[in-house]
Amino acid sequence: MSIAAKANALWEYANPRKFLATSERVLPFFWITSLACICVGLIWGFFFTPDDYKQGSTVKIIYLHVPAALMAINCWLMMLVTSLVWLVRRHHVSALAARAAAPIGIVMTMIALLTGAIWGQPMWGTWWAWDPRLTSFLILFLFYLGYVALWEAIEDPDTAADLTSVLCLVGSVFAILSRYAVNFWNQGLHQGASVMRAAAVTGADTEEKVSNVFFYPLLICIIGFVLLFIALVLYRTGTEIRARRIKALMARERVGG
Amino acid sequence: MIALLLRDLKLAFRAGGGFGLGLAFFLIVTVMVPFAVGPQSSLLSTIAPGVLWLGALLACLLSLDRLLALDWEDGSLDLLATAPLPLESVVTIKALAHWLTTGLPLVLAAPFLGVLLNLPVPGFFWLVMSLLIGTPAMSVIGTFGAALTVGLKRGGLLLSLLVLPLYVPTLIFGAEVARRGATAMEVQTPLLMLAGITAATIALLPFASAAVLRINLR
Repeated sequence: MSIAAKANALWEYANPRKFLATSERVLPFFWITSLACICVGLIWGFFFTPDDYKQGSTVKIIYLHVPAALMAINCWLMMLVTSLVWLVRRHHVSALAARAAAPIGIVMTMIALLTGAIWGQPMWGTWWAWDPRLTSFLILFLFYLGYVALWEAIEDPDTAADLTSVLCLVGSVFAILSRYAVNFWNQGLHQGASVMRAAAVTGADTEEKVSNVFFYPLLICIIGFVLLFIALVLYRTGTEIRARRIKALMARERVGG
Repeated sequence: MIALLLRDLKLAFRAGGGFGLGLAFFLIVTVMVPFAVGPQSSLLSTIAPGVLWLGALLACLLSLDRLLALDWEDGSLDLLATAPLPLESVVTIKALAHWLTTGLPLVLAAPFLGVLLNLPVPGFFWLVMSLLIGTPAMSVIGTFGAALTVGLKRGGLLLSLLVLPLYVPTLIFGAEVARRGATAMEVQTPLLMLAGITAATIALLPFASAAVLRINLR
């Protein structure tokens, strides 16, 4: 299959019927693998890794904190892409997927903030500090809230999809801007990203590297969260499609009798 | 365009409300701060730049829901949308009128309120400069928020929720300029960033606002 043909095949999933059929077929796979990955990762991480010599057992919150934070950001990226697809190609499934993803993003952001606070209390001696990373996440949280509130406030679904898509685009620019502004405003307590940096992961055991002992269960947890996110988005998008259908059927019934 | 600007200004001055509201709010906030945090002048002069910036921001926010809602209610927004003037210019003029009736009075009032809060002498110039550069961005961003929520019955709370995170970079850099100015530090970097944000929002956001307004007027 050529690339163009493949791209065309991708757009077939914009058909709600095709989307529902396929997502129903693949959903069990995503549910089971994500559940397995998260179970294995968490159990391995919680019970079969040593305590850190400095942080004690609190280090183990990393298995929830890092994957949740990662998905909180990637969820917004996914909403950005689907919003663009909606604005350019007007596929309803795309707009509904963005709508379905937003509450998941809120939950992920909250998990990241809460686990961070629980970890920060014994480690930094405070639940909350106006650190750049924490502050950026708080701002991201506000963006999610505004986005969901706008979806809920507007009755006409197409208008709501249009408005939230534009908000998502503008919000993305301002979110990135805030990230840099906040960095400029306060140098933080939070350690730099150490997991996804190639040298930090593959290199020899250096000072700042996350030790392999912690890294493998963490990787499994991250994979599990990614799969869980995909499963949730597919599931919730399916729900949104069905809700839309019910509304259409009821409207038809009222009109036609 | 000029006719529209004059019309908006006249409405703001004559119809009562719109013009004085932001200014009065700004005044109240700054006068109330010493009662809340105590009268020590060293403490007041430390927090003065931040308080003045926050007061200006909230005062801007307060008048946003009148920005387009009144025109929406009496139908003149529909007329403006069908007028030969492009909608992008309409929202730019609206933002300009909002700035002239809200932002500019705040800028002019800020030094007097700075005296009340015991702002250090070198801070006055940079406070006025930062507000002068920063408030246009707040008006333009606010117009975008007002355009997003114009069709809603009770859009006020939603408007604040949408606009507040968008105001964060402006507030950070603006207050930073005022703070550094007050302590006689070097202000170039935050000042340039603030000017950059203002220039970029004035150049780009009217297109987003007009697009959103078109969707709402559909």
